[in-house]
Amino acid sequence: MRLAEAWRVAVTALRANRLRSLLTMLGVVIGVAAVVVLVAIGSGAKQEVEEQVNGLGANLVIVVPGRLDFGAAPTKSRLELSDATRIERATGQQVAVSLSSGETVRFGGREAFATVNGTNPAVPEVFVRPLARGEYLRESDVDTRRRVAVVGSGLVEQLFDGADPLGRTISVGGVRFRVIGVFESVGGSFGGNRDNEVHVPVTAAQRLFGDNRVDAFALKAPTTDTIDEVSDQALAVLADRYPDEEFSAVTQDQILGTIGRILGLLTTVLAAIAAISLLVGGVGVSNIMLVSVRERTREIGLRKAVGARQRDITLQFLLEAVLLTTLGGVIGIALGVGGSLGLSAAIDQLPAVITWWSPALAFGVSAAVGIFFGVVPARRAGRLDPVAALRTE
Amino acid sequence: MSPAPALEAVDVTRSYDLEGVRVDALRGVSLTVARGDYAAVVGPSGSGKSTLMHLLGGLDRPTTGVLRVGGRDIASLSEDELAQVRNATIGFVFQSFQLLGRTSAVDNVAMPLVYRGVRRSERRRRAIEALQRVGMGHRLDHRPAQLSGGEQQRVAIARALVGDPQVLLADEPTGNLDTSTGAEVMALLEELNRDHGVAVVLVTHDLEVAARARRQIRVRDGLLEPDASCSEEQPTRRAAGRKR
Repeated sequence: MRLAEAWRVAVTALRANRLRSLLTMLGVVIGVAAVVVLVAIGSGAKQEVEEQVNGLGANLVIVVPGRLDFGAAPTKSRLELSDATRIERATGQQVAVSLSSGETVRFGGREAFATVNGTNPAVPEVFVRPLARGEYLRESDVDTRRRVAVVGSGLVEQLFDGADPLGRTISVGGVRFRVIGVFESVGGSFGGNRDNEVHVPVTAAQRLFGDNRVDAFALKAPTTDTIDEVSDQALAVLADRYPDEEFSAVTQDQILGTIGRILGLLTTVLAAIAAISLLVGGVGVSNIMLVSVRERTREIGLRKAVGARQRDITLQFLLEAVLLTTLGGVIGIALGVGGSLGLSAAIDQLPAVITWWSPALAFGVSAAVGIFFGVVPARRAGRLDPVAALRTE
Repeated sequence: MSPAPALEAVDVTRSYDLEGVRVDALRGVSLTVARGDYAAVVGPSGSGKSTLMHLLGGLDRPTTGVLRVGGRDIASLSEDELAQVRNATIGFVFQSFQLLGRTSAVDNVAMPLVYRGVRRSERRRRAIEALQRVGMGHRLDHRPAQLSGGEQQRVAIARALVGDPQVLLADEPTGNLDTSTGAEVMALLEELNRDHGVAVVLVTHDLEVAARARRQIRVRDGLLEPDASCSEEQPTRRAAGRKR
């Protein structure tokens, strides 16, 4: 009952000073909106990466030279094409190879920068990599070092302008390759745009790059439970062959874990910076509440004279502060959600995902800010001496 | 067996510390306000009459001496208990009305009941009743700014009455009003005293206003001046007599 009255008084007071209330809320509004937007973009980025990584295929094991420590320098690969065969024999799974480098690709008068990936026919078996047209590389292409290429849909758009690329000859790093297939579009991710890839036989790539190694192997475990087993088998083969070298088998879970940690940290840091605005907003609320207490000293004196207890007055002003910040919080959440959706709609590369907890947390935090920054002015109001308060002009 | 007096001060003093200087506002005052009493506290400014008012209203505590409000020694009460005693016993009427500007007459009047935990509908009913008693039943939803000074003071009196107090403490109730409006307000206070038995204690330096009270309490230099026209026993007897 007294709570209801305190609520009514708080609403009346805020409405009486609309502009001032709005300006006071602004700090909280901006803080909450910024936190919601940043968390949404962080979550969106994480989800996007997860989709991309999972979109590669299931139960992947990628074998790379060196130790997979975050921040470790890349290791020069000593892997050879024949190692793929050894791993295939040991694991019973097809092994895709990769030797990649950036090259300029030309057709007609146009050119584009592409990731040229020297691979083998196992790629469509290991990865999810559907073709839109034509066909993928064959074993004979690898054996005979044939200069044929399967190109990504992004490159087709850039180079062929709607013309049929099949059978055409493109120049890859100055060497002519015949287009035999076109990938379906899979979209870009943070690690680069897979629609801008050119797959050529690994042997042709080795000649093109002047290299006789391969960068990495990829294979697919038959089931989720066998991922570790397959990893160990592959690593055992390499440990046997290169006793002094270290190799790592990376799974999708590990990649996701690492990327998730990085994105999580980034999101937290950005949101924390945005939360400083919330803090500043809270100080503004505290300030304006002190002004409000001073302005209404006579009202406080009167209320105490007619029987208000200290906690009645404190509650009234505390509620006013909390109302101010939670209202700011609600507006901030609305702006933040709207802003996130607007941003991700306007910018392709900026996916945003509104998680249920981020607006809830923002609301809770803004209420807490109101309590924290309202308590000092409210207690001051509650402690006012009625005689002195009534005498105030 | 007679009920405890509404207000009772026994050898009350009140000193302030003003920037290291001790100021004795009251230096030993004893007085009783019986139920149904009608007294005027008069004295020059600085005499201590405001301090006496605040003490009698339970807004302040004496430095020494005993003060009973509604029969309870306030020395033993916490701030919150004292607030409740004020709420139950005293109705305040101020010189400057002290109405809340953004609040309607009826909500202004109902306010003391909020702190008594009365339900909203009941608060409104009793506030309307109080406003009708002071002749403001037609101005329920007006805000103070829409009312004349006399009307505002009537609303303030209604607010003082709404909780059914034993005493109305009026501090210069006519101080901000012109003579004829002031007379109307005084007539209202007298009527409430006469017809409803609520004791009225008013502080004034208007001797004409004071003369209409049943007795005068003269304050000078923090002490009560002995006044032949009103011994301490007289009003009690009168009040008792009036009740037959």
